[in-house]
Amino acid sequence: MTIPKFLYLSQYYCERARRRSGAWRYCLLLAMILWGASGAFAQAAAPTDFSKGSTSEKLTQLDQRVTAAQSSADNAWMLVSAALVLMMTGPGLALFYGGLVRRKNTLAIMMQSFALMALITVMWALVGYSLCFGGNGPVIGGFEHAFLRGVGADPNPDYSGTIPQTTFMVYQLMFAIITPALITGATAERMKFSGSALFMVLWFVFVYAPLAHMVWGKGGFLNASLGGRFPTLDFAGGTVVHISSGVSALVCALYLRKRTGYPQQPMPPHSLVLSFMGACLLWVGWFGFNAGSALASNGLASSAFVATHFAAASAALAWSAAEWLKNGRASALGAISGAVAGLVAITPAAGFVGPMPALVIGVCAGAFCYWMVTKVKAIFKYDDALDAFGVHGAGGTIGALLTGVFAQQAINPIFGAGKAVGGLDGHWAQVGDQLVGVLIAWGFALVGTIVLLKIVDMITGLRVSTEEEEAGLDITQHGEEAYNLEA
Amino acid sequence: MMKIEAIIQPSRFVSVKEALHEIGIEGMTVTEVRGHGRQKGHTEIYRGREYTVDLLPKMKIEMVLPDALVEKALEAIKKTAKTGMIGDGKIFLSKIDEAIRIRNDERGENAL
Repeated sequence: MTIPKFLYLSQYYCERARRRSGAWRYCLLLAMILWGASGAFAQAAAPTDFSKGSTSEKLTQLDQRVTAAQSSADNAWMLVSAALVLMMTGPGLALFYGGLVRRKNTLAIMMQSFALMALITVMWALVGYSLCFGGNGPVIGGFEHAFLRGVGADPNPDYSGTIPQTTFMVYQLMFAIITPALITGATAERMKFSGSALFMVLWFVFVYAPLAHMVWGKGGFLNASLGGRFPTLDFAGGTVVHISSGVSALVCALYLRKRTGYPQQPMPPHSLVLSFMGACLLWVGWFGFNAGSALASNGLASSAFVATHFAAASAALAWSAAEWLKNGRASALGAISGAVAGLVAITPAAGFVGPMPALVIGVCAGAFCYWMVTKVKAIFKYDDALDAFGVHGAGGTIGALLTGVFAQQAINPIFGAGKAVGGLDGHWAQVGDQLVGVLIAWGFALVGTIVLLKIVDMITGLRVSTEEEEAGLDITQHGEEAYNLEA
Repeated sequence: MMKIEAIIQPSRFVSVKEALHEIGIEGMTVTEVRGHGRQKGHTEIYRGREYTVDLLPKMKIEMVLPDALVEKALEAIKKTAKTGMIGDGKIFLSKIDEAIRIRNDERGENAL
């Protein structure tokens, strides 16, 4: 059956159902929501009276209290981390990208991030969490947690034994939000809002969910901590978030082709002040992204926090140094771009490498991404408008590979006590496993994106007309102007 | 009545305005403009892409004056706007056919 015929038939049957009885469909939806909600309420243990009972009873109660205290600390940190990661999308990424586009397209790029905050949240609640973290398949999860059934105050021991599964769920949601948002950087200034929204929803289901499950989900065959076949070390999402979005960004940029007038017409950022603020919010938010991926308030979180910060700093310096050598001056845009590149590269490595290797990873990322964005992009002439591929795709790739080099059991004995982790431990084969993970992420993103772009192009179309592009997306897609300074 | 259009360096604007106030000229229209004569622009680089920016910010002052005040105004502007370097700007003069005060319909030099 062809897609147009399928769509026609679906529309026909929906019309029939609606005409026969509209109410039953809403009753069904309400029933599903209630069914899902009924599984969500788990009772926490009732407080015990410590003054009564035998010594062993008291010890049991004491043990429970200590566990509760640890959970309390972990949960507090994880809720804050979840908020920090959401902040990375809004306003972090929105401002960062917003400042880089021309004035007439400011609201459009911000709206894409914001819309994803809403869209992905709803999808996550309905099926997303379950697809990523349910089941135990090698490639994708299941539907056991659809409508968040079974997700409540009790921890899920497969993922995070000390925090409510609700916390884990909402923390992971923030990652699912920012990943598609990153792609919008490549299609900036020429993508339809309708096409973008539909594409992101499909991409989330068919590219992000499988990758997240393969690397982080129980049974996933790249999962390093749960015995995957090709354990890929990815602490906070170098492959799942950055490679997937970065490579998809490149495919989108090539599919949509260049912006009208690119590269002859000058298209400098309209407000680096906005980008600067966005970059700083990203840096701070990234502590939630990386250190929060420890899923507990412990020494590993501290280690990841430090590694994150150090990599951002050294990468900013590396990019600035490269610019100083090349142009005679270090620019603000270069410094903030460098910091972001460093943060991207340390993302897979944060909870596996020490502070000194973090500095090295940052320098490598700053220099490599600078080269990708200035030299390679000019050679191949693709219009990756805001360098989503140059920073996230490239930074994620080099970060994932360097993770295999610098990971140490002294930082995180992820394969078991005493077992070597990465190159610094002598286990150089890990770099090979990292490469497998990188290639699978690349492949999934490449193939998935091409297919989905074709589908969405047929349904809503992807690119605005030349006249709309000239007038600006704010006016044509959203009926607004970002700045009404004469008002 | 003559119209004076003076395009000057933004940094000289405050001095020019005060000098004009001192000789009794209070009505003027000021716009921030961009332009260039023989003054070269500069190059900006964003993530490796070079942009030549040869439109430089200037201030444009427009005034319509009675003939009697024109020479004094020109002297004031020339003295305060000058830095001696390329980019100081230019002054243009044109004849004005009529001037009208909107509030009370006065015409001619009374409207200025």
